[in-house]
Amino acid sequence: MGAELGKYKSCVSARSTDKEILKGAQDGGIVTSLFAYALEAGIIDGAIVAGKGDLPWKPEPVVATTRAELLAARGTRYNISPNMSLIKEVTRSYGLDKVGIVGTPCQMQAVRKAQLYPFGLREVGDKIALAVGIFCMENFPYQSVLQLVEDHAAMKMEAVKKMEIGKGKFWVYGDRGQVVQLPLKVTHKYEQPGCHVCLDYVANMADISTGSVGSPDGWSTIFVRSKIGDSVWAKAMAAGCFETKPMETVKPGLELVTKLANEKISKNRKTLEERASFGTGKGLRNPYL
Amino acid sequence: MVDKITLGYTHLSGCTGCTVALADNYGGLLTLLDKYVDLKYMPTLADVRHIQQVDVAIVEGSVCIQDKLAVEEIKETRAKAAVVVALGGCAAYGNITRFARGGQQNQPQHESYLPIGDLIKVDVLIPGCAPTPEMIRNVAVMAYLLLKGTKEQKDLATAYLKPLMTMAAGCNAACACDIMTSVINQGLCMGCGSCAAACPVRAITMEFGKPNLNRDLCIKCGACVAQCPRGFFNTDVISEYEAINEAIMAALQ
Repeated sequence: MGAELGKYKSCVSARSTDKEILKGAQDGGIVTSLFAYALEAGIIDGAIVAGKGDLPWKPEPVVATTRAELLAARGTRYNISPNMSLIKEVTRSYGLDKVGIVGTPCQMQAVRKAQLYPFGLREVGDKIALAVGIFCMENFPYQSVLQLVEDHAAMKMEAVKKMEIGKGKFWVYGDRGQVVQLPLKVTHKYEQPGCHVCLDYVANMADISTGSVGSPDGWSTIFVRSKIGDSVWAKAMAAGCFETKPMETVKPGLELVTKLANEKISKNRKTLEERASFGTGKGLRNPYL
Repeated sequence: MVDKITLGYTHLSGCTGCTVALADNYGGLLTLLDKYVDLKYMPTLADVRHIQQVDVAIVEGSVCIQDKLAVEEIKETRAKAAVVVALGGCAAYGNITRFARGGQQNQPQHESYLPIGDLIKVDVLIPGCAPTPEMIRNVAVMAYLLLKGTKEQKDLATAYLKPLMTMAAGCNAACACDIMTSVINQGLCMGCGSCAAACPVRAITMEFGKPNLNRDLCIKCGACVAQCPRGFFNTDVISEYEAINEAIMAALQ
């Protein structure tokens, strides 16, 4: 176990046993199933998830307090959903005492900073009952996705059925069955700049983190990290929410996760170094110092 | 108790909201006072009001430079404390008192208010309006560990307090525009929304995944950029969140 995958108690490949959830899931339906179970078991009162926004493929953070609301938020939309923006409101006007939140590695960092350094987040930190992190190489602004889909893939945003990043390509699936693949070389320049200083690929600070990388199609890789994560995962397993396979038995396996994590971290460490001497005798700010 | 640290609380031009936040630790405050802290002076919660020699002095409120007593008190606080903590937006950055321009009864000539860092050296900053009870509690526990703890605890407390000390050594003004200048302009924002959640006056909304500032609403408390994970992120401390949270909660049992 290297530092690039963070601390974890266990790692498996898993898939939801819930057919309804799997139908609209990005991969193994892990996040939706976890929250649906936690909701049912009373572990959370609701969860902040990336719901549907006011434009096609634009996410909007929403507080899901029912299974139906969770189902409506299934799938990945490759642009920014500021889920942390609701972390205080969810305990106020929504009145939740046990909050679930899903997010990218940087959002999990924000969750933990909120718990240790709650400058403007009174009585929020101890209400975070389950933080689920998703693997993330980088994210895009909404307008970048628009540009990729409409300019590069020549498809209408409304006509897209699914987007996916995998096997070195950005895939756009149309609702008439058409598939366009863009090489990641094309997508790189549209990435959110703030992602280039991120040193976390697999959401090291989540209670449970998950992503497709490392597992076969339709399955997800899971890292169970914290005491909370361990307890929730054990209960969800006992309730039959997931079928699992030992990570060692699946292809491409942990090796690929490790490889991609190292690629991301070393690329972004280099960016941080370059930022330090960005100007002449002057650099850009390093948030980690 | 010999093992306690001594604490003072100097109250200048602040609304007592910081005091209320401190008191809102409820049972936790009593535990702090029982086990760790000897409260030497504080205008609202102690019988003693005049400034005394202490390990840690907390200051609420900014300094009105036309108020001789306030100016004397902030200097005396500095002279008599090993560590000075600017608690809340007013002491740290001026906050809402930055908008004061005099004319109010019954001291209309009191028109100029400065964050304490403009007049004395400040060691630790706790931004926010009001600062949260949890943040005050965390700093109190860490200050105790720093002064009375084992070598390991001292190291942890130093690491935890370091960003708050760096902030204290830095700029004495805060604004929602810090999110622009020190995060977005620096190519660091990743759109998490922490700033919008932290803002006590809803001056920040998230539009297309990035903070949008309504500067007319901003009261200049500094919570947004302090809460931002790209404002500061000390990975060594925050990655130990589980153990640190448990230690703080155990200390307050």
